[in-house]
Amino acid sequence: MTVETILIGLAGVLASAAPIIFAVLGETLSERAGVINLSMNGTILLSAMGGFAVAYNTDNIVLGFLAGMLIGALVALIVAFTSITLKQSQVAVGFVLALTCRDLSYFLGSPYMGVTGPRLHAIQIPILSDIPILGVLFFRQDIITYISFIAIVLTWVWIFRTRPGLILQGIGEKPAAVFIRGSNVNLLRYIYTIIGGALIGLAGPAFSLAIRAGWMGTISGLDGIGWIALSITIFGGWNPARAAFGAYLFALLQWLGLVLQPVFTAVPSQVLQVAPFPLMILTLLLVNIGNAEWVERTLAAMPESTRKLFAKLLRAMRASPPAALGVPFERD
Amino acid sequence: MNVELKDINKHFGKVHANKGINLNIPSGTIQGILGENGAGKSTLMKVLSGFIQADSDSEIILDGKTVTIDSPADAIRFGIGMLHQDPLDFPPMRVLDNFLLGLPGGLFPNRKKIAQDINLLAKEFDFSLDPESYVDSLTVGERQQLEIIRLLWLGARVLILDEPTTGISALQKEKLFATLKKLPEQAMTVIFVSHKLEDVESLCDKVAVLRAGELVGELKPPYNTQKFVEMMFGKMITLGERQPSQTGETILSLDNISLEDARLKIKNVNVEIKAGEVIGLAGMEGSGQGLFMRACSGLMRTVGGRIQLKGQDVTGKHYHAFKKAGVNFLPAARLEEGLIPGLSLTDHFILAEQPKGIFIDRAAGQSLAEDRIKSFNIRGTPLSTVESLSGGNQQRAELALLQSPLSLILLEHPTRGLDIESVIYIWAKLKERCKQGAAIIFISSDLDEVLQYSDRILVFFNGNVSTPIDTHKTSVTELGQLMGGKGWTEKAGKNA
Repeated sequence: MTVETILIGLAGVLASAAPIIFAVLGETLSERAGVINLSMNGTILLSAMGGFAVAYNTDNIVLGFLAGMLIGALVALIVAFTSITLKQSQVAVGFVLALTCRDLSYFLGSPYMGVTGPRLHAIQIPILSDIPILGVLFFRQDIITYISFIAIVLTWVWIFRTRPGLILQGIGEKPAAVFIRGSNVNLLRYIYTIIGGALIGLAGPAFSLAIRAGWMGTISGLDGIGWIALSITIFGGWNPARAAFGAYLFALLQWLGLVLQPVFTAVPSQVLQVAPFPLMILTLLLVNIGNAEWVERTLAAMPESTRKLFAKLLRAMRASPPAALGVPFERD
Repeated sequence: MNVELKDINKHFGKVHANKGINLNIPSGTIQGILGENGAGKSTLMKVLSGFIQADSDSEIILDGKTVTIDSPADAIRFGIGMLHQDPLDFPPMRVLDNFLLGLPGGLFPNRKKIAQDINLLAKEFDFSLDPESYVDSLTVGERQQLEIIRLLWLGARVLILDEPTTGISALQKEKLFATLKKLPEQAMTVIFVSHKLEDVESLCDKVAVLRAGELVGELKPPYNTQKFVEMMFGKMITLGERQPSQTGETILSLDNISLEDARLKIKNVNVEIKAGEVIGLAGMEGSGQGLFMRACSGLMRTVGGRIQLKGQDVTGKHYHAFKKAGVNFLPAARLEEGLIPGLSLTDHFILAEQPKGIFIDRAAGQSLAEDRIKSFNIRGTPLSTVESLSGGNQQRAELALLQSPLSLILLEHPTRGLDIESVIYIWAKLKERCKQGAAIIFISSDLDEVLQYSDRILVFFNGNVSTPIDTHKTSVTELGQLMGGKGWTEKAGKNA
């Protein structure tokens, strides 16, 4: 394998992570506001199908992406209405929506199975694309991948650097305290859930109009991506930068699975294809293990230097969820 | 600012929580609001701070103008700020961000300027608040300081404090009171809500007493404690003389034990505790009392040393081994760690009895519950869920759940947030246990409680543990100094 092929492969990793990035950022916004949008897996499938269908029928890729976002926003509206207004369980509603949207996409998408439709193409950015190594990696991508880069930065800046972002952190943490500071908690929760949903809905067309162009129904290989994105949100500690890192890690593992197949011929190919999923779970375990009390107790009995090292490592990795996640807010 | 409350009524369904309350608070006054739990103090303050709205005929008049306060944000615009008992701040965020959150302005806040403002205000009141530190690393007292300067900075002219002395140390209380006493000079009005007599007596210019939703009357200094108690409860109550306990065999012996968690280290503690004895743990919150308690209950493993229960080595053993040996632990967080929200009193008693077999004998459970409710004077029915009980009744329920016989009872803040009547009742029940041969270790942030009920006292300061101090040989002043880190060499040098 030459350096060139490795670089192109890594550029492919960045592109194939783009849909997961959108999904993870959307979920991060939603959960930061205190609402778990568990419908993600179904939403991604439905918006992939819907986005493709719209783009195919109108021959307009932009409309396809907008349709995907609209679908995501509508599903999120259902989550928001049932949990914020009706104060029902976010887990139950989200789960049912995840299943419903998935089956709906298979049912409604059957006319589009295997049809060739429009798709995005790479845009070489002049000058920048000629930079050695970086040019290949970052500046010969399609437009949606560029947008995914920008979205990571924007979401991070929004949450941690702006005034409204501070309020967003607050409503996920202690809504009553935001309320006494004069904000409309439930309205903001609606807004962020819907924006988050629209971002999740962008993930679908990012598959069906770009990296895995077309709609292949049950063999699209998209089923399950939403659940992985959900775990990456947790791995990311509700921080867009860390979540993006998780998404790239997952895409990298998937790519390695493909690349290493010819090298490890003795290993059945299925093992390498499936490996990224358990590896992701393992990472999650490692990251969150510091939260367990028995770990703390075990550490306390270790020699000083080892204990300090581990304690530091665990604390750096550990992230705690927004305290009011999934808790409806009522004004006394 | 002049605050006038006129005929304030508030109904919650059928409950009449405030009954036609009239109160006039002139500008520059420190007004005390006194009453036992459930007297309607919180309701009245929530009405004034916009959290809830009073019934329609009620009137709030600020500086002669009748106003309608629809929300807490509204209240702060009118100049009324409230410091809640559980500070409404954001623990995982920085002091600076807590200050900033919710302030109007452009997209990107000017953090530098806010940090300067915080430093300036903190200096004015002699607080040490670092704008860059995280709120969850602050003590309850420091979190109060943060809220106070935030409210003043927002332009509060009336400051309401709801039970602010619960959970803060004696030193922090002194500082808080000194701060509050400065405010009337600037024509600010302070409303101090409490059920602690000594607090209102030492701070307030006048005190209004509430009982069962009604304003019973107002008192001015010099205050008469007996009069207050009568007004609060409608009858006389006395604490009684301190009674030293009769001691018996050694129950718990700690031999050179060391403990540590991520924040704190405790080294080489040696104590022997005898049957019938009450040991009070004094210290600022988070000085190591919690660790000590968890080690004694088997919830936390010691790093070194030996723990013996009635001569039996239990070092490193599981919590269940401790429990079997007759150790019971009542944590401070009643609903989070002690009781199970959603389950009724009957369910709790059935669980505590650990009956054999698969099916539940409801009838037996019910009669057991009725029995205990009566003997522990719990205001509730066998079918009441624990979260529907008041704090005092939850504490009584926890005591009623203790297994029998017991050798060691560990209590974290057994009377926090309870009115004096419940406090007396609970200690009477605990002393009964001592007479039956149990030893008691308890944590309290109320030094008077520690002095009133313990035989010996361990003072904690930043992980240092004093040698046991005999209660009759010490005083509030000495304990207060030790808690603040002074006078350690002669008293406690061995462990420091």
